[in-house]
Amino acid sequence: MAETRSRMTGRRRRSMLWSFAAILALAVLAPFGGYVYVGLQEAQAQEEQTVNPRSEYWREVRRGAEGYTSVANPEGGVLINGEGNNWRQLRNGVVATYTPWLLAVALGGIALMWLFKGAHKPEEPDSGRMVQRWSLWSRVLHWVVATLFIVMAFTGTSLLFGRAVLIPWLGHEGFAAYAAYAISMHNYIGPFFSVGILLMILTWIRDNLPRAADLQWLKRGGGLLGGKQPPSGKFNAGEKLWFWFIAIFGTIACVTGLVLDFPNLVQSRETMQMANLVHGITTMLWISFFLGHVYMGTVGTEGALSGMISGNVSENWARHHHALWYEEVKDQEAPVRKVPTSPQRT
Amino acid sequence: MARMKFLCDAERCIECNSCVTACKNANEVPWGVNRRRVVTLNDGMPGEKSISVACMHCSDAPCAAVCPVDCFYTTDDGIVLHDKDLCIGCGYCSYACPFGAPQYPQQEAFGVRGKMDKCTFCAGGPEADNSPAEFEKYGANRIAQGKLPACAEMCSTKALLAGDGDMISAVYRERVLNRSGRPQTWGWDRAYGSSI
Repeated sequence: MAETRSRMTGRRRRSMLWSFAAILALAVLAPFGGYVYVGLQEAQAQEEQTVNPRSEYWREVRRGAEGYTSVANPEGGVLINGEGNNWRQLRNGVVATYTPWLLAVALGGIALMWLFKGAHKPEEPDSGRMVQRWSLWSRVLHWVVATLFIVMAFTGTSLLFGRAVLIPWLGHEGFAAYAAYAISMHNYIGPFFSVGILLMILTWIRDNLPRAADLQWLKRGGGLLGGKQPPSGKFNAGEKLWFWFIAIFGTIACVTGLVLDFPNLVQSRETMQMANLVHGITTMLWISFFLGHVYMGTVGTEGALSGMISGNVSENWARHHHALWYEEVKDQEAPVRKVPTSPQRT
Repeated sequence: MARMKFLCDAERCIECNSCVTACKNANEVPWGVNRRRVVTLNDGMPGEKSISVACMHCSDAPCAAVCPVDCFYTTDDGIVLHDKDLCIGCGYCSYACPFGAPQYPQQEAFGVRGKMDKCTFCAGGPEADNSPAEFEKYGANRIAQGKLPACAEMCSTKALLAGDGDMISAVYRERVLNRSGRPQTWGWDRAYGSSI
């Protein structure tokens, strides 16, 4: 009897367990029924679509399908170029609205540097001995490209922001007269500027290859985070960052610029839209970085600007800023400057 | 107030290109520029369709939005025109335009392509109506003379309709009802938005 009962309870328990399992499984699965329903509906809708092939046909046109046209315009067969409006939103929205903040950040950073660090100069007295830092070729190249860069930056930003900034100021006629010159200068100078950038990269790439010392320099923020300036070669890690920024982003800016410069070649409108966006973002980054470079090369570092003008820097400037490089060049024949027992440096 | 629009009835267009020719003749457009063109889809296959396309005079025109010198303006009739005295030939309007309307007459070195040229709905430009200067730069101003664009008037099958949006859509609606099919108003939503 007891055995039967236990068998009974065993069966009951088993059936109960199975019922629970079934309820659990259904409870989990039931909500997915919605997917089945939607899936069926979608399948039905697709079936309906295949019934009317012409709707598909117009959808293709809307996506930019190309037809035949006897008119020989470039991309004449395309009825609707949908990317144009995307480009408009990105150019007027993202590029024109947000890239000025890059300049603001750069200027803010410079102001902070000036306030808290001031001009960076060697503590040691000037020995009067000079070493050559920039060859004539380097200096000519630097200043030619620098001049072209400033022209390109002014004309380029005028074309991007002129409608918002300069038209209220100059009026439509006044700005259009200026913009006509600005675009010609930008278009004609661009290729020469690009050649200049290429020559710069070739001239300075050897001294800009990364070295172990750069890591130390970066770790200590180039001396910004307290302590002495870490030793560096001819270029410190900060200068190398500027170099590699130009080598990568500058090259992209030049290439996209050339794509836009010759619009009647093979490239499509879509390519030029992309090129325009990339050009706008990279060049605005470049100008922001450039502002920092100008600060560091002029008032930020005493002696740097005269070095790029005359080609020579004082011995202790070299020892202070580029200790490793100084070790390499200190024995070289260098012009000895007379006098400088400058009293203000004691 | 009338709102000028173009509407091409794809069921009627037979790709005769007389709209293109009429436009070139009426406006004496620069060499190499076609303000209007006819595009044939599925050319030579069953279901082939032809559509005449030019500037659609959009409500929110992308060309006007991207112009660096802000030389585009919309007339009271809803016609999108531009001022060639301000245009610097940058080409941005041609990137932005969905319909490929703005074009450049000159093809010189470094992309200096002169002033942009586009369909004016035969409404000239900012110069005095029907002055020689206006004709020289923009072509005919038939709207000021109380006429419709030359392309639509010349259309041999009356496929291309031009005029007040309400009137041409009424004509088109009647046609669609009579031939009992689904309307395929080409480019309408794109240019004017579905609400207009």
